[in-house]
Amino acid sequence: MTSASSNRGAISIRNVTKIYDPEGVNVMAVDDCSLEIGAGEVCMIVGPSGCGKTTLLNAIAGFHSITEGEIYLDGEMLCGPDRPLANQGADRMVVFQHGALFPWKTLAENVAYGPIVQGAMSKAEAIDKAGTMLSEAGIGDMAKKYPGEVSSGMARRAEIVRALINDPRVLLLDEPYRAMDALTKSIMHESLLEVYDRTKVTIFFITHDLEEAIFLGDRVVVMTTRPAKTKKIVDVDIPRPRDYTTLSSNRFRELVQEAKDAVHEEAVKAFEAGERELA
Amino acid sequence: MTDTTSTTQTKKPPTGLTRTIYDWGTSLKSPTPYLMTFGIFLWIGAYYLFVEGWELPRFNKLPGPVEVITEFLNPDPDWGMSLFTAEFYDHVFVSCRRILIAFAIATGVGVPLGLFMGWSKTFRDYSFPILETLRPIPILAWVPLAILMFSGLETPVIYLATLASLFVTTLNTLLGVDSIDEEYFRAANCLGSKPHHVFMHIVVPGALPFIFTGLQISIGVAWFSLVAAEMVSGEFGLGYLIVDAYMNITYVIMVIAMLTLGFVGWLSSALVRIAGNRLMQWRVRALALEGR
Ligand SMILES: Nc1ncnc2c1ncn2[C@@H]1O[C@H](COP(=O)(O)OP(=O)(O)O)[C@@H](O)[C@H]1O
Ligand SMILES: [Mg+2]
Repeated sequence: MTSASSNRGAISIRNVTKIYDPEGVNVMAVDDCSLEIGAGEVCMIVGPSGCGKTTLLNAIAGFHSITEGEIYLDGEMLCGPDRPLANQGADRMVVFQHGALFPWKTLAENVAYGPIVQGAMSKAEAIDKAGTMLSEAGIGDMAKKYPGEVSSGMARRAEIVRALINDPRVLLLDEPYRAMDALTKSIMHESLLEVYDRTKVTIFFITHDLEEAIFLGDRVVVMTTRPAKTKKIVDVDIPRPRDYTTLSSNRFRELVQEAKDAVHEEAVKAFEAGERELA
Repeated sequence: MTDTTSTTQTKKPPTGLTRTIYDWGTSLKSPTPYLMTFGIFLWIGAYYLFVEGWELPRFNKLPGPVEVITEFLNPDPDWGMSLFTAEFYDHVFVSCRRILIAFAIATGVGVPLGLFMGWSKTFRDYSFPILETLRPIPILAWVPLAILMFSGLETPVIYLATLASLFVTTLNTLLGVDSIDEEYFRAANCLGSKPHHVFMHIVVPGALPFIFTGLQISIGVAWFSLVAAEMVSGEFGLGYLIVDAYMNITYVIMVIAMLTLGFVGWLSSALVRIAGNRLMQWRVRALALEGR
């Protein structure tokens, strides 16, 4: 793994508004949202379904344009008035909600894909490095297997390795552990924390799960119901490294409760408005 | 965290021949092969009783299984054609050669065409309406045009078989590209792919399952059109043999030709399936784990 660098990967979201316009009916998904995420911070985004979390992530990743405002990465403008759609690049790696390892490539080939197409490594070097990194993540035995042959937890872990091999400045995760059972989830949490302690990569992590948010995050940003704005930011002052014993500490309980109070109010509003999420 | 997986996979899953033998072994323990064998004999038994045993009306003009099998295995056949005559193989060879050429052209043109149509919106807009207009025209409606366009007897026949399978292959390939999950494209772009990487690493392998489903159908369609064309305007070939035998009232040969068609048709689609499985190990292995 490359140097643990916490001096890069700062995201600055300034007055961002996103209006979808399908069939001529304006849907305001994000309204004048501003958020500063520090270099090397783990920023957890929580909020009711359909409030605009994925929309924000898509804007940072360059999958969707924004209507107003600006987003900066380390002081460089990703998107703004002159360029509403950010370029997609390997400095911001996305880990997808449903998992997007290429099923026709083995785990090692998946991990090696980025450096190969970017021309950063030769094929042999990349496969070699992929094998090493998969072993570090505890799934070295699975390197020659196809994603369809391994458990969803292993696949998700491999996907994070596929992102990390590119030495990204930011990891963008959209509810990556949503469909997992509680036990697998806790293993995934520990492995993500371990990755973070090693790399200090900035993490932008969307979730529904408040305990997950407090356990993993430096800050938990609670969004309002659609259109999304920041409602409350919970600072998580639990020291790192954290492990599962953290889950039973009093401070952890308090913080979860604090976040829950903020989210509950919004969830009720969203439910009453009948909000619907799209992908 | 590191030792969670170290003991899970000590034995490698079997591949190749070992795997095949294992599969046979398992299937011999299930009732399937026995039921299948029994089923075949049941059908042949019924065929025998209808035609040769009870000589039912409508069936009594047909050659029965005993007659057909004796003739087919006869080194000195009464009607001049059996497994031991060169002429039989001439017909089989001619038909197979035509199918091979037609299928190769149709695949060689149809797959790239479908891939590009799926990949490039502009290219699709140009070509899709034409494809959709020509595709529903039944293959027999092309016969006069084929004869007008090409001289001789060989080319029009191959042309017709090619055309039919070309449409199927192109359409299925196109659907294959459409079926690829948007997130794979996003992931590929995130990872820094250039357009040609996306084409080679996402579009082609992602469309492969549909392409091979298409090829299975396409080879069947190719046989269908080939035999139709051979019956209309052929010289040699199994389709021609059927019509010729009918004209000469050698009905035994007619049935032999039909059964041979059934066999080579089955064999050719099995070959396509095997080729597909070889190219898509990722899919074979994942499906095997689901018990399919
Ligand atoms: N491509 C789109 N076109 C139109 N509306 C969309 C689109 N994507 C999302 N939306 C709408 O924007 C709102 C926010 O969606 P999203 O960002 O997916 O919410 P979530 O917070 O659950 O991730 C929802 O009301 C959704 O219906
Ligand atoms: Mg979402």
